[in-house]
Amino acid sequence: MRFILHIWRQENAHVKGHFETYPIDNISPDCSFLEMLDILNESLINDRIAHPVCFDNDCREGICGMCGLYINGRPHGNDDGITTCQLHMRKFKDGDEIWIEPWRAKAFPVIRDLVVDRSAFDKIIQAGGYISTTTGGVPDANAIPVNKHKADMAMDAAACIGCGACVAACKNASAMLFVGAKVSHLALLPQGKVEAMDRVRSMVAKMDELGFGNCTNTYACEAECPKLIKRQNISRLNRQWIGSLFGRDKK
Amino acid sequence: MILDSKIPAGPLAEKWTNYKASQKLVNPANKRKLDIIVVGTGLAGASAAASLGALGFNVDIFCIQDSPRRAHSIAAQGGINAAKNYQNDGDSVERLFRDTIKGGDYRAREANVYRLAEVSNAIIDQCVAQGVPFARDYGGLLDNRSFGGAQVSRTFYAKGQTGQQLLLGAYGALSREIARGTVKLHTRCEMMDLVVVDGRARGIITRDLVTGRLQRHAAHAVVLATGGYGNIYYLSTNAMNSNGSAAWVCHRKGAAFANPCYVQIHPTCIPVHGDYQSKLTLMSESLRNDGRIWVPKKKEDAEAIRAGKLKPTAIAEEDRDYYLERRYPAFGNLVPRDVASRAAKERCDAGYGVGTGYAVYLDFADAIKRLGKDAVEQKYGNLFQMYQKITDENPYETPMMIYPAIHYTMGGLWVDYELQTTIPGLFATGEANFSDHGANRLGASALMQGLADGYFVLPYTLQNYLADQIKVGKISTETKEFDEAENNVKQRLERLFNNSKLSTLNSKLKTVDYFHKKLGKIMWEYCGMARNTESLTKAKQLVAELEDEFWKEVNVPGGMEMNPELEKAYRLEDYFELAQLIIDDAMHREESCGGHFRTEHQTEDGETLRDDENFMYVAAWDYQGHGKPETMEKEPLNYEFIQIAKRNYK
Repeated sequence: MRFILHIWRQENAHVKGHFETYPIDNISPDCSFLEMLDILNESLINDRIAHPVCFDNDCREGICGMCGLYINGRPHGNDDGITTCQLHMRKFKDGDEIWIEPWRAKAFPVIRDLVVDRSAFDKIIQAGGYISTTTGGVPDANAIPVNKHKADMAMDAAACIGCGACVAACKNASAMLFVGAKVSHLALLPQGKVEAMDRVRSMVAKMDELGFGNCTNTYACEAECPKLIKRQNISRLNRQWIGSLFGRDKK
Repeated sequence: MILDSKIPAGPLAEKWTNYKASQKLVNPANKRKLDIIVVGTGLAGASAAASLGALGFNVDIFCIQDSPRRAHSIAAQGGINAAKNYQNDGDSVERLFRDTIKGGDYRAREANVYRLAEVSNAIIDQCVAQGVPFARDYGGLLDNRSFGGAQVSRTFYAKGQTGQQLLLGAYGALSREIARGTVKLHTRCEMMDLVVVDGRARGIITRDLVTGRLQRHAAHAVVLATGGYGNIYYLSTNAMNSNGSAAWVCHRKGAAFANPCYVQIHPTCIPVHGDYQSKLTLMSESLRNDGRIWVPKKKEDAEAIRAGKLKPTAIAEEDRDYYLERRYPAFGNLVPRDVASRAAKERCDAGYGVGTGYAVYLDFADAIKRLGKDAVEQKYGNLFQMYQKITDENPYETPMMIYPAIHYTMGGLWVDYELQTTIPGLFATGEANFSDHGANRLGASALMQGLADGYFVLPYTLQNYLADQIKVGKISTETKEFDEAENNVKQRLERLFNNSKLSTLNSKLKTVDYFHKKLGKIMWEYCGMARNTESLTKAKQLVAELEDEFWKEVNVPGGMEMNPELEKAYRLEDYFELAQLIIDDAMHREESCGGHFRTEHQTEDGETLRDDENFMYVAAWDYQGHGKPETMEKEPLNYEFIQIAKRNYK
């Protein structure tokens, strides 16, 4: 297969970026999208055309959350429930033009080319996205029974890989799905209830502080989430947050 | 080099208790004055840093990714073992210990493995307290499944994403310590060298992967939790950035490297399909709970399938060879990984392979008939989806195709009972060390070991070391040892640009990946699932030639600022040396055990043939300089408590 690639090139955070066009040929339909970029880079190096294109990637099996490209206007490209590394070239038509951009969000500044800085997500988690336990001194695992239905819902929310597609997809660059998933995961479990109110307040405050936008209920995040995290988690986040305003354990 | 395993005296079941009762501790006020470096944020690193930070030590933690949550532990699918015996099926610490020793083909250290089994239960308690959403039954209690090499159900799981959930648990604990200020996080930051002062590990040199800046970090102890070196084979189930360099620079500085030839090849991976391929995707071992592995019984059927003239579903039941069930009736499809991998290779080499010829079927038709499609989907849905996305085939309708691939390295830095390497003050945990899995790791034991080391072993043993370090005071980075280490790194990096700087447009240069792929092929072909004197001799020569070629023709473009090609190049440079050591280790071990299969040493029916009389030891290698053969010390394995037997799964 052959394609025309338009790729966002930007040397570092301090200079302006632009699109460069690279034609590419002889691509197998079974090739993954990132393998196609490997092939492009190989030829850029061999023919000394340009510095190879920088893009984040690691596990290449859809779980580490490292990769994330905005492909033809969709985070992770034109397929549902996958990350960029799981996108295959068979999903494109021979001769297609493909526009490849980094995540665009104020809270995710570009580092180089297609690589962005997502440390804002870590900071939100550090604000309270955990249960405060120290190692040791915890009860037996079966001492805390958890309703299976609730445990399954918690698992579905916890499946978030922190890739940032939800933010990239949102016209407001809102992180509500990401935060909602973590708040839900922990609030659904008895272990997480103890700190639930403090948690939701501080995570939301941190999210606002870091420059993520508000949710205006268009649900592009849900449509683009590679792990199919549901928008109900945003509703739960809102309920938890409103509840926390009246909660008794308010600081 | 002296190998002192420091195994505490006394009965096996009391060793760890005795150790903890008599070890030295650091009082809370002094903990603040002690600095610890942890390299790596996978299960072993994150759990260690979180636990040490909570104790009050000053911890600096480093990872090469943009977030600690990306470490490759995240990709572990199937589960984590523990001896809870919640199923009342006869499990116990003793049995988990015995299964692990047997699974490792009697090449692991008894005392370490017993301790691992002993602390396994506390891991599950810890993870549940952190909110890890393990699978549960309708009564709300924890569910289990079975993994290879065990006849009990002791594996705890969170769908097919157990590693992810455990890592996010540890990441949560780590994030909490970062927020409390006890742990400082350094992302996109790679360890380039270890700094040794007066024989002790005192710090590291790192490279900022964005700016390219080299930085010095000093500490009273360094913990290496940087995973394994499976990526030396290029195609593996490892993440693209997983590498062996941090461990290897420690080896160069004097840390012994143990059993490098013990490499695990996982039987159930999606087969190779093209030259451009960058990695192999694992299909969890848990699939073998319900999937049945087979190839056609008749060669002509296999040929017809390969030619695309026949569909697997068209092969009648009596014409299918369920070779694992045939050869190993007691364990069937749940034999350990090394056994299952070799059996697949045997069938494919004999001409019964499907797909490209290097694939076998993993069939769920029976399970779907027995349990219904919904139940199968509930259990394995995400794995089936992953398979379908990659291969464009629907595994609910047609059997999956699988083939073995490099997955895990049992070998690693030699450590004593305290997880300390032969360099005082340098500790190694998780896959980076060698200690618990012998010659073959059982499924769902890697997660167990990583978390055992980080949550429950290192916080004790590291204190025993640090208790002596209180008087040392703050370690300075302005010393000749740091100068020297930083300069060495600088020179190493500059050397890699030589070709691209000096070349003209006409000169024939090649990319780093070109060489890495070639190295991987050599290692897979001649030092992979089956090895012998002839293949290893050949591999040694080919690797040496390739290394020469690399220095003459590698093209590393760009500069010091964010440059993935440069990262790949210096990691590959280390792999050339490591490859030679793997080959030497495989050559010297004139026996077959676990993942190490020497074709000269096998039984009549193709099983591994150990030589306990001559090889019941850990081979710990000592670096002698580039291109020089390494020297080897033996740590004898004295099995006091376990009866050595032939490893039999029939």
